[in-house]
Amino acid sequence: MSRLRAARRRTILIHVACVAVTLFMGLPIYLIALAALSSRESLNRFPLSLLPTDVSTETMRVFLDSTGVIGGFQNSVEVGLISLALSLALGVPAGYAVARYAFRGREPYQLFLLLTRALPIVVLSVPLARVFLATGLYDTTYAVALLHTALALPTTVLITSAIFVAVPVEHEEAAMVFGASAPRAFARVVLPQALPGIAAAAIFTFVTSWNEVLGAAVLTLNRRTLPAQVLSTLADSPLAFRFAGGFALVVPALVFIAFMRRYLLNMWGTTIR
Amino acid sequence: MAEIVLRNLVKTYPGTRTPATDDISLEVRDGEFLVLVGPSGCGKTTLLRMIAGLEAPDSGSVQIGGRDVTDLPARLRGLSMVFQSYAIWPHMRVRQNIAFGLAMRKTPKAEIDRRVGEAAELLHLSEYLDRYPAQLSGGQRQRVAVARAIVTDADVLLMDEPLSNLDALLRMEFRTELKRIVGKLGTTTVYVTHDQAEALSLGDRVAVLRDGRVAQVGPPLEVYDSPADEFVGGFLGAPPMNFLPARVDRADGRSRLRIGDQSTAAPVALGDYPGDEVTVGVRAENVEVFDADGPDRLAARVEVVEPTGAAILLTVELAGRQLKVQAPPTFRIGPGSPVWLAVDPDRLRCYHPADSTAITVSG
Repeated sequence: MSRLRAARRRTILIHVACVAVTLFMGLPIYLIALAALSSRESLNRFPLSLLPTDVSTETMRVFLDSTGVIGGFQNSVEVGLISLALSLALGVPAGYAVARYAFRGREPYQLFLLLTRALPIVVLSVPLARVFLATGLYDTTYAVALLHTALALPTTVLITSAIFVAVPVEHEEAAMVFGASAPRAFARVVLPQALPGIAAAAIFTFVTSWNEVLGAAVLTLNRRTLPAQVLSTLADSPLAFRFAGGFALVVPALVFIAFMRRYLLNMWGTTIR
Repeated sequence: MAEIVLRNLVKTYPGTRTPATDDISLEVRDGEFLVLVGPSGCGKTTLLRMIAGLEAPDSGSVQIGGRDVTDLPARLRGLSMVFQSYAIWPHMRVRQNIAFGLAMRKTPKAEIDRRVGEAAELLHLSEYLDRYPAQLSGGQRQRVAVARAIVTDADVLLMDEPLSNLDALLRMEFRTELKRIVGKLGTTTVYVTHDQAEALSLGDRVAVLRDGRVAQVGPPLEVYDSPADEFVGGFLGAPPMNFLPARVDRADGRSRLRIGDQSTAAPVALGDYPGDEVTVGVRAENVEVFDADGPDRLAARVEVVEPTGAAILLTVELAGRQLKVQAPPTFRIGPGSPVWLAVDPDRLRCYHPADSTAITVSG
């Protein structure tokens, strides 16, 4: 009897925890969406309504029309996609090597990968800005994309290596026995099974790049990414503009995650085995 | 024509001292079914992987069908393989799994369909061709792995413990079927197993491996009846061969074996053996059990009685040693009772006590 009750209490506690976590993540998004989609007047009213009573697109329109926002949005997408392409192009082969080959210095290499994240971006940005100034890359989306690639690479390597480890070597060997060359065996047998991990790494890279602001602000002047653009104008912009900016920053990342979600579920929800 | 000739294969894995295979030379005739059997770590899988081209030997050579393939990658060796874990690809349907080898060889579509259909029929997979492996049972996945291996009509078929992941009943069933299929195809086959019963039942010849060396090669019954050393006798057969230390008594031209304070007739092979001490090996089913004394019978005491259905397995104590002997199922006896054992001297195998190799008739 008491065991049943204990199990019941456990279920209730788990549910409470789930609700709490969802609220913790969802409430700020709701509030910022509410503020971004309300008229200016309703934001100044007191007490603030917590229900969408006065929906208006005016705030968002003003935000999108202000200088640099559309350009910043384009820059952000560009930086995000270049970072994604570069970090996958470099990180997936590295992850494969870490997963499959016992090479000298593999353990230190994996540790070293994580250590790169120990350096604060601000510390990195200044010397990088100098290098980019000297090479003429300063104030380009490539400069920011290179920085974001460097930031996302360790995670890409670790995530993809974890997924490559999960694909049995025998699958590859079987492909090679039955007539496939090593690259072909990889493309036909390993890659399709590794897609969830690669999608996870892609999400991580894109969101990291989308949200990163310090490096982007230091490395660019005119070709600002959206967060850097919003940050630089934040101090002297009205409250409504800030909410609209925050909302504009959150939505694309959410859309991207929603798009990649089915690959992720494949990885953590059910296995295709 | 695809005989396999292995010459002096040595392979030591990095980071290990002892070689996984230590100078192994073997020949597999065209169309022969050779079983590599041995305890885990004896090098049998390494040897198979060197034939497959998945592992490069440190030295030695591999020839298939008269062609030296030592340096060729697996895909150019003209062989196919069944893996221990099946290694069927979860993201492909059964049909694509089976067709993979043919597709890689750029076989025309119509012929692929025909041959996949044939292989599927042979292995009772026709209804499952459009399923994914996750929707199949373990036994069906095993069949897919075999179908994929036979559909390419390769010269050489390699199998790495293909039955070890099946439950006991399925394993027996599929063993028979595998023997039928491979026999029908007539492909040169090398089969790795750690299960001695599988080795004896499947192989045209059996190669027993130990510590990276071939302990004995021969037809199953020959290896079973006349193990070349104590290791082979102890490894093959369930229960394993019994071994007892004995002394050779020679009196008026006939020799007898003294075990403890009793004696029995010695086999002819001992005729010109110079020493005094031998190790005698005898299979459980070659010992006759009686409940009364008689000429040339050895007295022993029953310790454990284990009915196996077809027979009764007795563990008896003889001269301080434990012995497994087999009695007919009608034999009634309880633990602690005395029994008398009789052995046909021709069924006894004698081994050098020093290096446990067989003593055979010379000349």
